[in-house]
Amino acid sequence: MLFPISGAHISPIYLAVIGFLIGILGGFFGVGGSFIAGPALRAVGLDWNFAVGTDLAHIVGKSVVAAKRHRALGNVDLKLGLIMAFGTIGGAEVGAQLIQMLKRAGNVNLVVSIVSIAVYVSISSFMIWESRKTLASKKPLPPASAKGAKQDRSAFQHVTRAIQRLKLAPIIHLPVSGVRISLWIILAVAFVGGLFSGFLGGGAGYIRMPSMVYVLGIPTHLAVGTDLFEIIISASYGTFSHAVKGNVDILIALVMHTGAAIGAQIGAISTQYFAGPKIRLAFVPLPLIGAAIVIYTLFTGHKL
Amino acid sequence: MKTETIKTLRAFLIELAVYAVLVIAYFFLVLHFLGNGLRQLEVNHRYTYAGVSILLIIGQAVLLENVTTFLLRLLRGRSE
Repeated sequence: MLFPISGAHISPIYLAVIGFLIGILGGFFGVGGSFIAGPALRAVGLDWNFAVGTDLAHIVGKSVVAAKRHRALGNVDLKLGLIMAFGTIGGAEVGAQLIQMLKRAGNVNLVVSIVSIAVYVSISSFMIWESRKTLASKKPLPPASAKGAKQDRSAFQHVTRAIQRLKLAPIIHLPVSGVRISLWIILAVAFVGGLFSGFLGGGAGYIRMPSMVYVLGIPTHLAVGTDLFEIIISASYGTFSHAVKGNVDILIALVMHTGAAIGAQIGAISTQYFAGPKIRLAFVPLPLIGAAIVIYTLFTGHKL
Repeated sequence: MKTETIKTLRAFLIELAVYAVLVIAYFFLVLHFLGNGLRQLEVNHRYTYAGVSILLIIGQAVLLENVTTFLLRLLRGRSE
């Protein structure tokens, strides 16, 4: 099928299947799935700039479906999501500026590659340590029903509580998440997520979802749902920005989304059957896949 | 438990088949007619194209979410 905006010939079935797979991951983990979508679009000959912009547009659609489903399950904290959107957009702009600075300095690829490998491996290592320690502890896990999903525990909880006790006015009460925390800490977490999104590309759900759990103390199910809600806002902003620059083939995004819509629902519903630490443990391979792709690109020179 | 799993799997496969038919019809009807218009918009009115793109993807997301929820209710008799 010819997509006239980018001039690419791509099978719509291929796009729908890729969308379906990424939809499942997005609905279950609250991530955009750029580390799969980018290479998958590049593999069928789409230019890199179109792959990045089109992927963002598809993420918007998928996140709407998954966030709606998570909201029906009580897993979205709208207040937290709206606050975080401001920090994310600010961080994304700073990240994009950093990229421009590195481009001028002439060493963008090496710096971005090393930073991303370090970040991906650190997140995975920490999460595997924490979730395994939590699962091995004697305390019984809360029930994995939609109601029990709002209760969560982590081996890192003592640090999270210390962060929540910081008296940096204004203090925000988040009744849905059951958390009272400084506005500045929420904005800082969102800003860092946005910074990595602008710097490394994609939605940066791989860093935001764990940060929400470990730094803000948001229960895992709520972190997944709220992250998806927040992604709708930040990815819409990114889509608009890329579309203006001529980097979005919306027809490709619409076709990918037909598969993602059903995949995201399956992923979101599946979270009901897993406790928080198990979702976090299952999350571990995702940043490692991202790291493997970067290492491959660094050593072969072929951008996946 | 096993009967329930088989029932859920069967309902899911039927849902997937119905959904696939709808999606194929969508490819040929909607995208075929939208293609050239969007191409012209992208070339001549970039800001309008950016706004229309976001509206289209969000509109499709809401529509497909409703379609899949409707199919789930129809096939399973409950809003899962």
